[in-house]
Amino acid sequence: MKLTRRELLKTTAAVAAATAAGISVPKELQAAAKKTEAGWKWDKSVCRFCGTGCGLMVATKGDRIVAVKGDPAAPVNMGLNCIKGYFNAKIIYGADRLTEPLMRVNDKGDFDKKGKFKPVTWQKAFDEMAKQFKKYYKELGPTGVAIFGSGQYTIMEGYAAVKLMKGGFRSNNIDPNARHCMASAVAAFMQTFGIDEPAGNYDDMHYSDTIVLWGANMAEMHPVLWSKITDRKLSNPQRVKVVNLSTYSNRCSNLADTEIIIKPNTDLAIQNYILREIIYNRPESIDSEFVDKNCVFATGFVDIGYGLRPKVDHPKYKKTELDTASKEAFKIITKEEAAAMSSLGIKAGDRMEMKHTATADAHWAISFEDFKKGVEPYTLDFVAGLAKGDADESLEDFKKKLVTLADLYAEKGRKVVSFWTMGFNQHVRGTWVNEQIYSIHLLLGKQSQPGNGAFSLTGQPSACGTAREVGTFSHRLPADMAVTNPKHREITEKIWKLPEGTLNPVLGSHYVKIMRDIEDGKIKWVWVQVNNPWQNTANANHWITSARDMDNFIVVAEAYPGISAKVADLILPAAMIFEKWGAYGNAERRTQHWRQQVTPLGKSMSDTWQITEFSKRFHLGEVWKDWKIDDKTTLPNVLSKAREMGYKDGDTLFDVLFANKEAKAYKWPDPIGAGFMNSESGGDKRNVEGFKGYGFFLQKYLWEEYRKFGLGHGHDLADFDTYHKVRGLRWPVVDGKETLWRFNSEYDHYARQANYGKFAFYGVAFKEIPKGDLMGPKGDEKVKLPNKAKIFLRHYIDPAEVPNDEYPFWLCTGRVLEHWHSGTMTMRVPELYRAVPEALCFMNAKDAKRSGFRDGELIWVESRRGRVKSRVETRGRNLTPQGLIFVPWFDENVFINKVTLDATCPISKETDFKKCAVKVYKV
Amino acid sequence: MPERRRFLAGMIRSLGAATVGGIAWMGFLDGKKSRPDILRPPGAIPEQDFLLKCTKCGLCVEACPFQSLILARPGDERPVGTPYFKMRENPCRMCREIPCTVACPTGALDRSLVSDRDEQGKRRLNVNLSKIGLAVIDRETCIAYWGIQCDACYRSCPVMDKAVTVEYVRNERTGKHAILAPVVHSDHCTGCGMCERACINQKASIFVLPRDAVMGESSARYVRGWESGDEERIEGLPDETETVTPRSEKKALDYLNKGDL
Repeated sequence: MKLTRRELLKTTAAVAAATAAGISVPKELQAAAKKTEAGWKWDKSVCRFCGTGCGLMVATKGDRIVAVKGDPAAPVNMGLNCIKGYFNAKIIYGADRLTEPLMRVNDKGDFDKKGKFKPVTWQKAFDEMAKQFKKYYKELGPTGVAIFGSGQYTIMEGYAAVKLMKGGFRSNNIDPNARHCMASAVAAFMQTFGIDEPAGNYDDMHYSDTIVLWGANMAEMHPVLWSKITDRKLSNPQRVKVVNLSTYSNRCSNLADTEIIIKPNTDLAIQNYILREIIYNRPESIDSEFVDKNCVFATGFVDIGYGLRPKVDHPKYKKTELDTASKEAFKIITKEEAAAMSSLGIKAGDRMEMKHTATADAHWAISFEDFKKGVEPYTLDFVAGLAKGDADESLEDFKKKLVTLADLYAEKGRKVVSFWTMGFNQHVRGTWVNEQIYSIHLLLGKQSQPGNGAFSLTGQPSACGTAREVGTFSHRLPADMAVTNPKHREITEKIWKLPEGTLNPVLGSHYVKIMRDIEDGKIKWVWVQVNNPWQNTANANHWITSARDMDNFIVVAEAYPGISAKVADLILPAAMIFEKWGAYGNAERRTQHWRQQVTPLGKSMSDTWQITEFSKRFHLGEVWKDWKIDDKTTLPNVLSKAREMGYKDGDTLFDVLFANKEAKAYKWPDPIGAGFMNSESGGDKRNVEGFKGYGFFLQKYLWEEYRKFGLGHGHDLADFDTYHKVRGLRWPVVDGKETLWRFNSEYDHYARQANYGKFAFYGVAFKEIPKGDLMGPKGDEKVKLPNKAKIFLRHYIDPAEVPNDEYPFWLCTGRVLEHWHSGTMTMRVPELYRAVPEALCFMNAKDAKRSGFRDGELIWVESRRGRVKSRVETRGRNLTPQGLIFVPWFDENVFINKVTLDATCPISKETDFKKCAVKVYKV
Repeated sequence: MPERRRFLAGMIRSLGAATVGGIAWMGFLDGKKSRPDILRPPGAIPEQDFLLKCTKCGLCVEACPFQSLILARPGDERPVGTPYFKMRENPCRMCREIPCTVACPTGALDRSLVSDRDEQGKRRLNVNLSKIGLAVIDRETCIAYWGIQCDACYRSCPVMDKAVTVEYVRNERTGKHAILAPVVHSDHCTGCGMCERACINQKASIFVLPRDAVMGESSARYVRGWESGDEERIEGLPDETETVTPRSEKKALDYLNKGDL
């Protein structure tokens, strides 16, 4: 066959397109592949690791995972993966996988908090777990028990956990590790837009002219997304600009046109500089029409503390902790803070009493003139002096960079996407920095359009899908609803078929507060699911001591033995990703489902099964009676109402919440699962302690019930079966169509429906706020803000702890490319372990020389709270400026969270793992 | 140094000493041929000279704070008693103080090869001048060249962004991603082997070999006009150029006058 050049081009293009869609393998190759893969069965799945949400194909043979490949048809990664995703086939086969329940027992085999772990049956494990639960539940009520949940829960697991905890046990003490990860992003979404999650999607990376990273080391943490940004840069190197803001030099700077090394916490000041620059010097860049129609200016209190314990002399504090602890009550205003907040009449040397710690989220509308007054002090000279993070850089060079940054944002016609992850979120003013980045984009009208917008990236595979959308937080219910809102509780009670008044209206304890409550003896029963709280929580010495030495019972569901398992009283072996049916939701609102591929190892069972089995051990009579929550609130006895609904006091929570009539209508087997197992619904070959399966399609039921919450108001998800036919869909999914850019009428059904023009910020939360001026709300009048977003004014303030003579270094913690979170999975993959076997202490070479440290030398890193040993590294991937060290947290042998400070953003309650003060010295 | 290693070093040293009578050091090879891929410590002089100068005292091995240096034992396929690295297992950490080189009493490890002058003209050790070997990439098995986002070798490199850089190429297959491929630069690669250890492939796709085993040499009579400073490469060459091929080995007159047409 002879092809003309034109035909050849056409064919090539077709092949390229087909390759991209994953369907172009030539016949001979296909045949060859079939031969080598004899007996392999491929099915689609999702990567276990980060929030990118890469699609996978998983091959099984003989009930084992034998291989994975990047899914060529997955739009996110088109067949690619990163170094962690590459090892998905190995993560469930670590040599020390937990395969049976383990309990601390005495010589007689009875539970003993001081005993050693020994294998027990599931029966015995659940018996003890329920016995201990009932003891503490009776003693302390619903606030005395808690679940540490996860952004790595499957959507159905998270939903089952919330339903049992809030609907069954009437406790709001369920909070995910996602609190540590993106709570600040959530708080800012809710306050700014009235609805959670990003407006844009990953296509923004291909459309934008300008990528600004604000505390996001994407090259290591979101490698596949980084390759998209790199591709965009390569496509037009002159036009496309990349800016990397960070407190230390990371490898994103290789691609960046401009690297800006800032002093910790000063991102707040830089944002205000940009806002000032726009308003005072480039007013023509403001999109006035958009601002007038779609925005309102707002501000809030500045004296909101640091999310530390309200009791600043708490008896459990060590003496060394007291000075930092006192910042929760007051702080002495520095010269820089005074200059920043001069519009509030604040002066250097003032004692700022933290009067609004309890109402940190309060905010009110202000005028543009007030807003303008507020940002006035943030001149280039002031901000550059405050924010320059590298002592070896000249002030003039730094100033030029700030001007470049402002230029890029303000340039008419230049599309800008701002990305951030933990640099913004793990921040004592995390909600504020998140809000202010929207302020910049909104003022310029560069939001909710292809290639234009502020885009919060998530760390975990289902931080969005489960933690946020399902609402496994202490204040949330599914689909952005809140436990404190009577209307929301009513909706939830209806969907869950609970008697009116069942749900607890009082906020539960957030993640760090659960730890503090355990230390205070207020919570005595804890269940950990899909995360590692005793390694991932700052100021860990406190929490380890209270877990081991106090009167309490800690259950840890885990796949591998880690720190949390070690502090537990009972360990439940958990099934891992490919051993269960599941779904994750990624950072661009894409929901992706997968089927169970293999039988769980040993006697391990999914978290969903653990939840449903545990629920069998409670009768309504035990949980739906009256409970005193606090001095103001007593939960009513709802048993008589329950009886009216046809429930009996002897019904179990399993009968009511999980194996009800509606659930049983979802039959198993089901065509969508033909050829696949379902350990929960149909049992499996192991017959674990005689378990034969529930006989109905549990996961499908949970999904279909869950999605009722979101239908019709901007959170729409498709039906269960649809997700097994596509490579994920970005919600809201309306009439079978996904939504690419929310709030933009061109793309978003709900924005069109609002009938408010080109843009409609239709979120409903916090859309009625007081009016006021810079000093506070004034009068009783409230303004309604339908379809509007808020442009927040937030001020620079020092973090809770800054270096001093005794503790002269900033400590920043984070991740490395090769390891995931606390390393429970990746430290068991030999190749990843060898690549990075230990966490190093990255330090500036001048600091090391001054301290007399050699590279590779073991040193102490010590704060007011604790110390760890780590090896000095002055070269390599993270080059820190003088005065700052960086230590990753994946390595339990370098237990850096013993050193970090548990200060949080007072609004989001997310811990700031990026700044505390330490000293370093020789071992 | 752990007791066992001290003992071992001592043993091999005395073994060398006992056998020394009349046998050339370099011939002492445990009856087997020596491997061509031996990686010597920083500052090692060329292999032939090294074997003449190294007294197998083991002081360099003792000095290594990371126990990376190995003293060759019988069966190691290296001259017994001489120091070497196994990069995949325990690479050189590039100590700024270069304790191994400094410990050498004979000049087999030559400080001057890993020294330069600082801004004040003062002589100083500079471990980045080490030429232990050169990292080589097998691009066919390197997953970064497949488009997988792996830069474990790059991230492990102590001379990052000089010895190993990442080359950006658009991924034409997806049209939406870039390939971030590691590239080694021989002028900066010290051969420390951190990359070889870090490689996440089953068998490393980046590995260190002795420099002369992997490096070619370009013609000394061509200078790259587009490469500033390339002239330095030919400094000190003789002015005369001698070329002989089988075609030119006969004198011109001999050719012209002898033989049939």
